[in-house]
Amino acid sequence: MYFCIPNNVWELMSQKILLSAKEIDIILNRLACQLIENHTDFSETVLIGIQPRGTYLAERLRDILQNIYEINDIQLGQLDITFYRDDFRRREIPIEANKTTIDFIVENKNVVFIDDVLYSGRSIRAALTAIQSFGRPLEIELLVLIDRRFSRHLPIQPTYLGRQVDVINEEKVLVQWQEKDGIDAVYIQNN
Amino acid sequence: MNQLSVQHLLGIKHLNASDIELIFNTADHFKEVINRPIKKVPSLRDITIANLFFENSTRTKLSFELAEKRLSADVINFSASGSSVSKGETLIDTANNILSMKVDLIVMRHPHVGACDFLSKNVDARIVNAGDGTHEHPTQALLDSYSIREKLENVKGKNVVIVGDILHSRVALSNIYALQLQGANVKVCGPKSLIPTHIESLGVEVEPNLKKALEWCDVANMLRVQNERMAINYFPSTREYTQLFGVNKDLLDSLSKKIVIMHPGPINRGVEITSDVADADQSIILNQVENGVAVRMAVIYLLAQQIER
Repeated sequence: MYFCIPNNVWELMSQKILLSAKEIDIILNRLACQLIENHTDFSETVLIGIQPRGTYLAERLRDILQNIYEINDIQLGQLDITFYRDDFRRREIPIEANKTTIDFIVENKNVVFIDDVLYSGRSIRAALTAIQSFGRPLEIELLVLIDRRFSRHLPIQPTYLGRQVDVINEEKVLVQWQEKDGIDAVYIQNN
Repeated sequence: MNQLSVQHLLGIKHLNASDIELIFNTADHFKEVINRPIKKVPSLRDITIANLFFENSTRTKLSFELAEKRLSADVINFSASGSSVSKGETLIDTANNILSMKVDLIVMRHPHVGACDFLSKNVDARIVNAGDGTHEHPTQALLDSYSIREKLENVKGKNVVIVGDILHSRVALSNIYALQLQGANVKVCGPKSLIPTHIESLGVEVEPNLKKALEWCDVANMLRVQNERMAINYFPSTREYTQLFGVNKDLLDSLSKKIVIMHPGPINRGVEITSDVADADQSIILNQVENGVAVRMAVIYLLAQQIER
């Protein structure tokens, strides 16, 4: 009798929580430790949050590194990839650009791209092109909170990952952040 | 809104306030791009643009060409002098011949009013007006407003006076439309012979006294006297024009506040403004030129976005 159920109830029912605030917190701390393992004092490392949603994760990690592990002077930037996307003129509704803030030189630095969800890999492909406008990094790594397995269109894999999930194409992974959405949570939404 | 309401940029008259906001927000991002070590994005790599200039131009032509190249578009340039136009080819034929070479977008400057409008109705390409006779010069007005927004944070509520040859100026008309759309107050100032009759019907006030106009305004946009468009003498002598409508440092210093000086170029130094005014810190003339590239990138990017594959 599901045709009797109102639309919004159906929507709520089709949303499954994947990570709670507590679980996100544990994962962020683990990711911060993994970063320290590879980058020690971050003197030759820059963190780059991919716009729009990767910037929240990048700021969180920077805060943990600063407040808990007392690593100061971490260089953090925001990179917008809109003008480097491979789907320009192919989308029904055009994407609006976001701000790029990279106030440092990336030449010969270890760059860590930070994004919330890794899906097709196309955003990261665009980011790899975009970062070249700021110099030639020594090395680029990728940190993601959620890795959607088996959905890649390109040979791109994360260096650090929070949680790996298997979701079918019709489903959407939604990451919410306290500072933007009022709550820390990761959902799987059935469209 | 993240799409323009128009398919061509023929004039500011056809735009609405949210179009202008979208262009400016996009231009903000491109201004950041053109200040990077590598000043180029690959967005328009499969777009070809023809710049058709049937009238002389330095700044606008270079600015458009640079904007197109910074977006990675392929660019072809055409000047009327030395072309088949002098052999009697019509505008539509010239454009269609160029379009047969698979061109997606045309940037055109033409001495005749309405040439871009006419072309947009007769050929299958997006048209950007880079100045049509004494009618409109939309990208200049956009970059002027963008520069005001950058310098004074907001265009809304600002008082802007346009000084000089209003009659022959496409910059003036486009600026009036653009500034009013954004909620600025506009006055014009110049010799009566160079102020179009019925200009009040556009909602602008005429202020014949330069000193009073400058006292009122936050921004003065100084226009060039377009001698090349004048078949008759509109004022007795250049010297008299300069005395009545030229801005010099003494005049600026005598004002009760510091106003912003703009000029669309090319400057006739010593006629509409003196050299010390053009080079003063309150002049944003060179900022206008820099912003011109970012604003034109935004316009072309937003129009190209709508071109079907």
